[in-house]
Amino acid sequence: MSIFRGRRILAGAMTLVAAAAMTACGSKTTDEGGATGVTADVSGDTVKVGLLNSLSGTMAISEVTVRDSIMLAVEEINAAGGVLGKKIQPVGEDGASDWPTFAEKAEKLISEDRVAAVFGCWTSASRKAVKPVFEKNKALLFYPVQYEGLEQSPYIFYTGATTNQQIVPGLDYLKSQGAKSVYLVGSDYVFPRTANKIIKAYAAANGMTVLGEDYAPLGSTEFGTIVNKVKSSGADAVFNTLNGDSNVAFFKEYKSAGLSAAAMPVVSVSIAEEEVKGIGTQYLEGQLTAWNYYQTTPGAANSKFVAAYKAKYGADKPTSDPMEAAYVGVHLWKAMVEKAGAFDVEKVRSASDGITFDAPEGLVTVDGKTQHIAKTARIGKIGADGLITEVWNSGKPVAPDPYLKTYPWASGLS
Amino acid sequence: MTAVTPAPPSTAVRPAPAGAVPPGRPAGRSRLRTLAGFAFGAALLFAVAPLVLSDFRLALLAKYLCVAMVAVGIGIAWGRGGMLTLGQGVFFGLGGYAMAMHLKLAAAGPGGMPDFMQLYGQLDELPLWWRPFASPWFALPATVLLPMAVAFGLGSLVFRRRVRGAYFAILSQALAAAMVILLIGQQGTTGGTNGLTDIKGFFGYDLYDPVNQRMVYFIIAGTLLALLALTRQLIHSRYGELLVAVRDGEERVRFLGYDPASVKLVAYVVAAGMAGLAGALFVPAVGIISPALIGIVPSIEFVIGVAVGGRATLLGPVLGAVAVAWARTALSERFPGTWTYLQGLLFVVVVAFLPGGLASLWALARRRDVAAQPLWRGRLSLGRRRAERTEVPAA
Repeated sequence: MSIFRGRRILAGAMTLVAAAAMTACGSKTTDEGGATGVTADVSGDTVKVGLLNSLSGTMAISEVTVRDSIMLAVEEINAAGGVLGKKIQPVGEDGASDWPTFAEKAEKLISEDRVAAVFGCWTSASRKAVKPVFEKNKALLFYPVQYEGLEQSPYIFYTGATTNQQIVPGLDYLKSQGAKSVYLVGSDYVFPRTANKIIKAYAAANGMTVLGEDYAPLGSTEFGTIVNKVKSSGADAVFNTLNGDSNVAFFKEYKSAGLSAAAMPVVSVSIAEEEVKGIGTQYLEGQLTAWNYYQTTPGAANSKFVAAYKAKYGADKPTSDPMEAAYVGVHLWKAMVEKAGAFDVEKVRSASDGITFDAPEGLVTVDGKTQHIAKTARIGKIGADGLITEVWNSGKPVAPDPYLKTYPWASGLS
Repeated sequence: MTAVTPAPPSTAVRPAPAGAVPPGRPAGRSRLRTLAGFAFGAALLFAVAPLVLSDFRLALLAKYLCVAMVAVGIGIAWGRGGMLTLGQGVFFGLGGYAMAMHLKLAAAGPGGMPDFMQLYGQLDELPLWWRPFASPWFALPATVLLPMAVAFGLGSLVFRRRVRGAYFAILSQALAAAMVILLIGQQGTTGGTNGLTDIKGFFGYDLYDPVNQRMVYFIIAGTLLALLALTRQLIHSRYGELLVAVRDGEERVRFLGYDPASVKLVAYVVAAGMAGLAGALFVPAVGIISPALIGIVPSIEFVIGVAVGGRATLLGPVLGAVAVAWARTALSERFPGTWTYLQGLLFVVVVAFLPGGLASLWALARRRDVAAQPLWRGRLSLGRRRAERTEVPAA
């Protein structure tokens, strides 16, 4: 029984398609890797830079603040005469909290707008999605958020903390406070899972016990079970790598279960001033955070940054670590370009080593080998006013070590 | 599909909607027009687009065409078969992951492991279920057969039990959610939320080379045309008519002695195969496959494209999918802050004022008499008429 009629049409169409495909791709295919890189357009009296942040979707609430802070840095630089005599012209794109969209927009910024550098991305997944795009086009990305380490792309500058500048100091602090056991709570994605691997290796080498490890899906607000497990574990402290809204539910549940900062402190690595506002200080007062910068960090550079930010965006807007790292990234790029005397990516990269900037967080230095920056680690305590006050700092900038090569206990990790 | 399942005697036979079984078959003249349509489509995709578009825009078009392939499948299952498949992301993902796993293994070389496994998994050797994907002879057929097998398994279960309507839609959504949770949970072997990224090579060709990216585009465009030809044959076959009959009066078809479950199963499996193929081609075109591409939201977005284009037509789903994806890019580039509102507005406008989808615009322009009919009837019959007349040249 013949179901299909008109086989000839099908055959005809297929032949046509095949013929067209052959004529189209039968020509040159170079195998030696024809990636030449796109040169930035710096012919006019302006130079374009890309701003790649999520302006819609779940990450928008955090990433918009980063975008605002990049814009502030751009305006400051333009007011002071620009870079190599050229005014910076920012080109904004929306990553839409969607990783393939980040890749698409990165490609657009590089090959259509021909920007000299791109600033942005937040989640590790978005960074992993754009990394091949920057490597293919030999273009530059400045990534402003603390992350899980174990990465070193020649075309990315990491201005946020790597693990040895945030998580390891956080653990050192807990150890110095006499914590012998920890409970790990995190969102279910790459950063928490990788961070917890590192924490477990640290714990094993430092006589700490990990009493439990739980993951909640991103955006989950159901924490009854996890908090009960945390409570009954009797751990000395909780290490929290939850992201976004989940923190609200977690800390509410934590308080209503009768747990407190005094009895079982929580060290968070993704809660900054902006998030404290959203979660509510009544749930967070006294809890700990690990970062490199707080709005309260002393110094003239920070007073100036905070004042400029509030003047531009409103007195009720706090400044936070990722915002500061993004702001620093733009200034570091300017310094690199001026040292190189050109916008050319390879020249900028080779000029990067040893560049310093008097940042709001203190003096930062670019390490040209890893393309990370040396930063001071700071542990803070959340106050009733929603601000975070430093309780400990590393005293001097910690050199970046994304693969934790200088830590013997981490030898099995990478 | 001629297996006879006796209809339960208690089942009342619903009155069949008008024009349930289209009597018209393409005559000789319309065959010529179909050929002309395909030639036009081929000329557009193979000659005009590469000439007019920059490398970047051509790569974007390649991505849109992959989405369009999924849409063609949804057009069959939903437009023709009435099954609201809200979980096509699963099949897209299966195809995509199968292809990406092969390309990652090929890049790692014989005996090598993908880079992310050493970072996040700390595995000493390749997991067992990854191993077959090292061979292209396994991985390539798997991109299509794996989704089809899953669809067959699921379809045989639910269609026999007469799960349909909202329940079927919810079930397919649940499947998409489950697959995402599974992928994220197994970070060490699946790449977690990051997915499989950094795909640089495609069977020995360097994907960083614009010439090879162009080649991938041509493969995708050719595949889409082939799928359209296949779909045209399918919907004009006896089977295609049976499928529409099942959509419009399942009990009546059962009463006539056909087995509606088998009829639906075939359409569902074909749609899954197309989604799998689309996923497989998406990977070299875009260089990434991740849970964010296959969950509930992208699954719904596939269906939105089909609805916007006109689900019951041959070209409607393709036009809709490309139009929605293009609008997303164009709007977000021009209005990075407010584009989501504009996109939402666009969907509302299309669904409210053009329920037959974009494909009905053409018919609207041709058939002025429609305007004279009452609006409600006019719209209904429009979709129906479009369903019968599929010999529209590509646009």
